[in-house]
This record gives sequence, structure tokens and C-alpha cells, in this order.
Amino acid sequence: MAKFGKKKKGTPAISTASLPDIVFMLLFFFMVTTVMRETDLQITSPQLPSATEVKKLEQKSLVTTIYVGQAKEVDKYGNKYNSIQLNDKIATPDDIPAFILNARLDVPEENHPRMTTSIKADKQMSVGTLTDIRQRLRDVNALKLSLSTHKGSTISE
Amino acid sequence: MARRENPEINAGSMADIAFLLLIFFLVTTTMDVDSGISMKLPEKPPANYDPPKIKERNIFEISINRNNDLFVDGDVMELKDLKEAAKKFIDNGGGVGNPMPGEEKGKECDYCSGDRNPDSSDHPNKAIISIESDRASDYEVYVNIQNELRTAYTELRNELALKKFKRSFNEIEEAYKKSGNKDENLEAQVKLIKNSYPQIITDLDPTDTE
Repeated sequence: MAKFGKKKKGTPAISTASLPDIVFMLLFFFMVTTVMRETDLQITSPQLPSATEVKKLEQKSLVTTIYVGQAKEVDKYGNKYNSIQLNDKIATPDDIPAFILNARLDVPEENHPRMTTSIKADKQMSVGTLTDIRQRLRDVNALKLSLSTHKGSTISE
Repeated sequence: MARRENPEINAGSMADIAFLLLIFFLVTTTMDVDSGISMKLPEKPPANYDPPKIKERNIFEISINRNNDLFVDGDVMELKDLKEAAKKFIDNGGGVGNPMPGEEKGKECDYCSGDRNPDSSDHPNKAIISIESDRASDYEVYVNIQNELRTAYTELRNELALKKFKRSFNEIEEAYKKSGNKDENLEAQVKLIKNSYPQIITDLDPTDTE
């Protein structure tokens, strides 16, 4: 009888000494992978269209992003999905050349032809706005373009 | 003599601090990689540029009207039929193509599996797809059309690559990328397939009639 009592008593506490290590490991992983959004969106977050034939954008430093969508300040800019945001301001297509030239300043000359403009536009944008943007981009010779999309099938039955 | 006693620092709260930071980064992390349909714009033509004459049979004319209806060569078409129609047009091979790089004269398309209709495109490297869209049409429709056309090209390229190299074009491209864009054999294969089916999709400039 005494034997049983003896055995049951000593449940050793689980050592939590290595818990910080585990947590730090996770912490470093997330610290390294985190990308913080640099710009505040002045438009409601655009609902991207979806497509299957997508290519990943490599080299973040060579990408300039233009957002198009519905402005948050509806009374000022109207409720159409055609407001263009450059940096953190709502702009007109005529501001695009200056915006692109400005972005080029941060990139060494030999990389200019590889710079890509990514257009994050809402699916309800009208194609006219895209045409305007395209014309302005062509004016400043920013010829590489990426229409940002989600990955997914497009044809609805 | 001073007391030489180092009391151990209590590390019990270390985990709490780390957890706090961890949760912060967990919340702010976005894992999605930016991806999209890539396009290359044509260069701005000089002021008095005279566009080359292109035969009508070599142009696949897509237009979208303001109600987001799709027209191909003047007839209404559903989006789901666009890919097949585009493939048929590109792969028709009804005549003599432009000379391939490094060659003097254009040849007939010896890899096309189309029905060689004399009223459709001559050669994949002559086949031009043009998109004309109304300013008021939806971006989503435009993207879908671009996507369908790209799928058509990808499928044609894959078919040809399977025939020639027993591997799909996507695989070859992937392998080439993995080699750090250095493998010359793979580079030649990628180039050959790309030149066999060059992607020629143009957007018509808006007409100044508004």
C-alpha cells in the first residue's frame, strides 16, 4: 500500500524555461516577413479583379504603385470608382508623369527600364481611367505595367 | 569587502514580453505577394508616324461597348468562347509569316495545327489581337479579356513545347528561372517557343471623337 502512495506524489512541473526561446523564434520569423503598408489609402480598399495568368512582381524597390478606386471623401471627389491615388493624395491623371519621374530618382539609372508600374484598381473602375493612365505612362516612357489581380478563375457560369 | 553575490535575473516575464511583440507582428503581417497581369506598353510613336498597313485577316478585333458586351470581328461573343476563338485565329497558319530572327525569308507555319483558312491569320507571328474598349466599360471585363487572351497564348505555347521538348512551356520557363537564367539550352528552348507564338496584343488608342 505504501508503495502506491509514494509513486503518485511526484508529478514534476513541466519546465517552461525554453518557452521564451520558442516564442522568440516565432517572433523573429514574423519580424522578418512583415511588410508594413507605407501609404495610407485615401480610397476605399480596392476590390481587385481576379485572373489566372498572373506573374509575381519581383524586386519591390522597382515597383511604383498607383491606386484607383472610390475616394473616401465622397462629397469632395464623387462616388465613382475612378479616383486615382498617388503617394497619399488623390490626384488627376496629369500628375502621373511627375509621380513617375519622382519615383525614378530613387533608382539607379541602369534599372530604369526594369521599373514596373503596378495598378491596383477596383474592378468597377471604368476602362477610360486606365486608358488615361496608360497614355500618361507612355509619355514618360514607363512601359512596364502590371494590372494587380487576385489569383482565381474569372469565368462565372 | 563588497559582497560578490550576483543574484540571478528573473527571466520569467521574458516570455510575456516576447509574446506581446509576437502578437503585434502577427497582426501586422501581410503574407500576400503582389501579383498581376503584366503588360508592355508600346513606345510613343513619333508625331508624323505612318502605321504599317496590316491585312485585315491578320487582325483579331475585339471590342467592348459601354454595356460590357463583347464583340469579335463585329459579332457578339460570350467571354467563355473567346479563348477558343483566339486560339483558332492565332494557330490558323494560312500563309507565310514574317521571317524568324536570323532568317531571310518568312516561312509557312510548320507547327500550326489550325485549319489553314485563307481568310484568317497567316502566321502566329503576324497575328495581331487588338482590343478596343469604350471608356465607360468595366475594368473587370477588360481584365477578364486580357486574361483569356493570355491563357490562349499559354495553351498554344504549352502544346508546342510538349510536342517539341516533351515538357510544358511553364515547366521549361520554371526550370530556366531556377538555373538563375543561365542554362543556355533552356534559354534557347524558351526563346524558340516565345518566337513561335509571340504575344501580340494591342490596345487601340482612344479615338478623339468625344
